[in-house]
Amino acid sequence: MIDLLHPGLLLVAAGFAAGPLRGRARGAVVLGAAAAAVAITLALPEGVLWRARFLGFDLVPFAVDRLSRLFALVFAITAFGGGLFALNQKHRFEVPAAMIYAGAAIGVALAGDLMTAFAFWEVMAIGSTAVIWSAGTAAAYRASLRYAAVHLGGGVLLMAGIAGHVAETGSIAFERLALDSPAHWLILAGFLVNAGAWPLSAWVPDAYPEASWSGTVFLSAFTTKAAVYVLLRAFPGAEILIYIGLVMVFYGIVYALLENDMRRILAYSIVNQVGFMVTGIGIGTATALNGAASHAFAHILYKALLLMSAGAVLHATGRRKCTDLGGLFRTMPLTALCGTIGALSISGFPLTSGFVSKSMIGDAAMAEHLMVVWYLLAAASAGAPLYAGIKYPWFVFFQKDSGLRPPDPPLNMRLAMLLFAALCIGLGIWYAPLYALLPFPADYVPYTGAHVVGRLQLLLFAGLAFFVLLPVLRCTLTITLDADWLYRRLGPALLRAASVALAAADRAMRRSVRAGTAAALLACRRGASGNRDPSRPRTSGGMVLWVAAMLAAYLIAYYT
Amino acid sequence: MEPHWLVRPATIRLLWRAFIAVLALAVIAGFFVSHGDHAGPDSIPAFGAWYGLGACAALIALAKLLAMFLKRPDGYYDDVERSDD
Repeated sequence: MIDLLHPGLLLVAAGFAAGPLRGRARGAVVLGAAAAAVAITLALPEGVLWRARFLGFDLVPFAVDRLSRLFALVFAITAFGGGLFALNQKHRFEVPAAMIYAGAAIGVALAGDLMTAFAFWEVMAIGSTAVIWSAGTAAAYRASLRYAAVHLGGGVLLMAGIAGHVAETGSIAFERLALDSPAHWLILAGFLVNAGAWPLSAWVPDAYPEASWSGTVFLSAFTTKAAVYVLLRAFPGAEILIYIGLVMVFYGIVYALLENDMRRILAYSIVNQVGFMVTGIGIGTATALNGAASHAFAHILYKALLLMSAGAVLHATGRRKCTDLGGLFRTMPLTALCGTIGALSISGFPLTSGFVSKSMIGDAAMAEHLMVVWYLLAAASAGAPLYAGIKYPWFVFFQKDSGLRPPDPPLNMRLAMLLFAALCIGLGIWYAPLYALLPFPADYVPYTGAHVVGRLQLLLFAGLAFFVLLPVLRCTLTITLDADWLYRRLGPALLRAASVALAAADRAMRRSVRAGTAAALLACRRGASGNRDPSRPRTSGGMVLWVAAMLAAYLIAYYT
Repeated sequence: MEPHWLVRPATIRLLWRAFIAVLALAVIAGFFVSHGDHAGPDSIPAFGAWYGLGACAALIALAKLLAMFLKRPDGYYDDVERSDD
């Protein structure tokens, strides 16, 4: 009976139903549907639940296994938490669009074939663009167009790859793919665009911080982690993902260290954390894949919490730059506490969700004797508190006194933050329920003396580095150029230069034609006054002769 | 007005002392934990401490190096894109 209910389609339907509603009615539909989606996802039996024939293909629009349940569950939880946080969002479209976006993400997780996955993939792109749009600012509109262009481009790569795969194999089943044909490389590229893999990562810090105070909470959860899910399903153990993931890890750290906008710091940290997951997928052992999957689960929750606290600050002050903020702990103690819990989780501090998930990936690298990878991941784990774990709460809630005295946010926003803070700490202590949901049997023991002490040393001394080097880490009123410079500055500049050159060529050509015509007219006038008239009509006989000659040439050319 | 207790110089001094004590404890605790039968680099004494410190210093140096080439004023994109509207 329960297998008739698709939690993703339920959320999509709730999004459409919530569209015309307002106030409490909208809140009831959104929260009711999201809570139902959580319950249904937990209760679903494993296996293929729906089948259909379409254009001669066997569609499996609804299939459940351990991996898909894990991702569908955390997407549904985030839809609930984000919906609760956004209850007082006045904008008409944002929350309905976010529900459609969340439902499509669950649809990707529960898709048993590539066609269904692709359809939901594109609905996600549309839903997320509408969420960014809903911020209602000119900057958000421009960012949403760039965002949509990148994602529709990624969708084209994916579609081309799927078409090639179907042409080669005749199957649309969504299963493990080997990187042995151009079609599979195209599929990988389409997935990596959404994962925010460098150099196509600039859309994350470009678009996410432009959404409203509540919109970014939804955005942070679905697109990049749905990409992690499809990579886990299609390309586990693809070695290239180790290198791509490591580049993402360090790109995120370096850019976040230089960033001034609090929500852009957190956007760069999404790329950094997804880099850990992509590296784990590339390592490809059971422990590494469990690590990538559990880290995605933990990451969605603590990143939503971090962006809720940042959203609460933006909602209360209208400011998002570290240079304008500071000292908010005085009047926003709960927001500061929840932001700090999120920051400890992203750092992987013991007793938080980040600790029980992230260490699995590093240990998997060690077990495979990938020592360079292990050293780099350890360095990146030390860097996490530097760029986000301490930097974000320090510059927003502590450091200098900005003089701002905003209150903590309304009740629904406080409840959403408390719920996610409780999940971050709860999963850090009682990690068994999370481990029970992982794709492979998990006998991993996170709390050994060596693990805890090693991680504490790494994090505490990273903290020491932060406070000792604070003078060089001060935020400045600057941005840092990223790959989006190519399509925001270089592309337009080249087009402008081309149009200037074209206009100059056009002017020169007109000038020479005018001069030529004038000279010809002058010659005519001179001729008319002389003995030979150049405008004297030719005989029609001569004309006919030439036409006949051309036709004959055509005939000969045609038959030879 | 009296500043908040958390930002008074006396509190900050105390926090620094407590922090240094915790750092020392974390290093000392490293000598008393068992690393099992594997001998990875994390079983080197105080590995997390010096590696964490060194990694952070290197990352900050890398970021500062990139900043010399890539930092721009905050409104860098605004002038061009606003004129397109």
